Amino acid sequence: MKIFLFLLRYIHNTIMANKLLLLGDEAIALGALDAGLSGIYAYPGTPSTEITEFVQHSKAAKEKKVHCTWSSNEKTAMEEALGMSYAGKRAMVCMKHVGLNVAADPFINSAITGANGGLIVVSADDPSMHSSQNEQDSRFYGKFALVPILEPSNQQEAYDMVHYGFDFSEKYKIPVLLRITTRMAHSRSGVVRIDCRDQNAMHLPDDLRQFVLLPAIARKRYKNLLDSHQHFIEESESSPFNTYSDGPDKSMGILVAGIALNYLMENFPGRKISHPVLKIGQYPMPRKLVEKLIAECEELLILEDGYPMIEELIRGYIPGEKKIRGRFDGTIPRTGELNPNILALALGLPDTKGLPVPDLMVGRPPQLCAGCPHIDSYKALNEVLAVLPKGRVFSDIGCYTLGALQPYEAINSCVDMGASITMAKGATDAGLVPSVAVIGDSTFTHSGITGLLDAVNDKSPVTVIILDNATTAMTGGQTSAGTGRIEDICKALGVEEAHIRVIIPLKKHHEENVKVMQEELGYNGVSVIIPRRECIVSIDQRMRQKFK
Amino acid sequence: MKKDIILAGVGGQGIISIASVIGYAALQEKMFLKQSEVHGMSQRGGDVMSNLRISNDEISSDLIPYGQADLIISVEPLESLRYLGYLSPKDGWLVTNTIPFNNIPNYPDMEKVMAEINKLPHHIALDADTLAKKAGSARSANIVILGAASPFLGLAYEKFEDAIRFIFRTKGETVIEKNLTALKLGREFADRNI
Repeated sequence: MKIFLFLLRYIHNTIMANKLLLLGDEAIALGALDAGLSGIYAYPGTPSTEITEFVQHSKAAKEKKVHCTWSSNEKTAMEEALGMSYAGKRAMVCMKHVGLNVAADPFINSAITGANGGLIVVSADDPSMHSSQNEQDSRFYGKFALVPILEPSNQQEAYDMVHYGFDFSEKYKIPVLLRITTRMAHSRSGVVRIDCRDQNAMHLPDDLRQFVLLPAIARKRYKNLLDSHQHFIEESESSPFNTYSDGPDKSMGILVAGIALNYLMENFPGRKISHPVLKIGQYPMPRKLVEKLIAECEELLILEDGYPMIEELIRGYIPGEKKIRGRFDGTIPRTGELNPNILALALGLPDTKGLPVPDLMVGRPPQLCAGCPHIDSYKALNEVLAVLPKGRVFSDIGCYTLGALQPYEAINSCVDMGASITMAKGATDAGLVPSVAVIGDSTFTHSGITGLLDAVNDKSPVTVIILDNATTAMTGGQTSAGTGRIEDICKALGVEEAHIRVIIPLKKHHEENVKVMQEELGYNGVSVIIPRRECIVSIDQRMRQKFK
Repeated sequence: MKKDIILAGVGGQGIISIASVIGYAALQEKMFLKQSEVHGMSQRGGDVMSNLRISNDEISSDLIPYGQADLIISVEPLESLRYLGYLSPKDGWLVTNTIPFNNIPNYPDMEKVMAEINKLPHHIALDADTLAKKAGSARSANIVILGAASPFLGLAYEKFEDAIRFIFRTKGETVIEKNLTALKLGREFADRNI
């Protein structure tokens, strides 16, 4: 398999000398299309968004009628992809790492049902939290679900792993988790394509009870999964993505996973490393290869981006004879993304330094764009709330989270998608009246609707402000699932029509907007205020398209 | 040949376009390339940077190690200083616009910012906004800066012209001409001031 891939690539290199310069995200999308993808399912989330966008902009995908519209959230996306797999076709579902929390229920259970058509779940982690609220490591989800995990070290591997992953998924009837990080997702390098494959014809599972997880069936399926897991370990032992390269200096063996390989290589000119190196790109861990490295080397250095998952696995509780160095003993910082300098220090190599940054340097945090409708909404809200003690505004995930910063300092929470409404409701239960929820239109349809239903059922005195800019702005202006229907959704949930108020967040309407907010804050029940004005960036993009 | 480049600016100032032009030129020369970009939240008027590495040999890391960059290319003066930790203290060049993008309340005194830039042994600082207007396209300040950086990139000047023709091929002849002029004005400034 490995030689075959290599030969194909060599032929392409020679004949075409034509490498495509792709982001890791784009390499994954192209890999999926070339491997016979029939549908991609996702909710936008940095750094995973560009995978789906690549398919949406692909002419080939359009010709082949590949499904690629956005889903309402990661859970619906995961289930839709599972449905496509059930029907025998190849499906991919993509999300950022915290999206896998939302999709966790179907994800974990999809390991028990198994797949029919190839199913790849892509989860993009964000070590250093460039655009996220935590740096959780999706590999733990893969381990938890007992599914195989693929982790590319470069864009070419990302492309190749999608082909391999779909084949693997169909061979063992199991979903495969593809774990990437921000650096892999948003870094560009040359990728050579291999053969294209047609889409699968629709075919239902041989056993029509495979996906029926009644306890009696689920027990059998779980046993089946545990049996398969032994095969997954054997596959890892011979995987082209797990390689053992020997070196003469056995004082230290290096176990390196995913993109950390690049930072390791950077420290060895000519890419020649004097130590034995075990490179991991496929999980479960190849036990025999790990045992070989442990047996041959005096100590181990473990390099992985994200949590010290491999390190914890190898270290265990019982003290061994070998010294293990990594994130736990402080050789590598416990948090944050790796880089070549961190690895140089871990390897005992000299560190490199540039010039000092002058003392006058100040931060330049992101901020709401000039002309953003949220600015007008926050100005009105701050004016209304000025008479009350501070600390009663619960908010959510989106551009409007920037309202936490100066000069607005308008919100007091940002936890997870949809938590604004439910936290405000819980706070009113505790006696914090009035409580305000501030949520965007796309976040509302992602995970806010059920929370609003809870508030309606309890007649909670919450004021829910749904900032409707008709787009999913934060991630670059994707469609929003409820555009044009936000009032109807609220009405259908049981919010009284008299307390659904649409306002226009513009300076010239400031006085009347303040009045509407005052009235609704005074109402002892659920009210919804919808400040509606299109995102300024969306308008700009629309106009550019129009006058191109 | 190997060049490690830090591109700096404020979200929306067009550093990815600079990277695209250099990247295209490097690929035409059959060079290897790695480029790490910034997407997401930081694009909203915050500081942005990109690592661009081009080389005749295979490149390992997506990130440039500290003190190893041959060049910082910045479309904003304060941002040019933010990444000095990456610049090679021996022979690294800093090429920057002198026109500030002032969207923060505590932007440092401009004279002090310029004094820090002028302290550096190898730097080119130019008013790219005015030169871009002279080229007929106020939005091409990034291409002016690229022109000023072009002597340090190890590629023939014509390669950048070809890259601009390719990158802007769908935008029409006028846009291409304006950007070629912007590139030339930047280059001429650098040639006079090296």
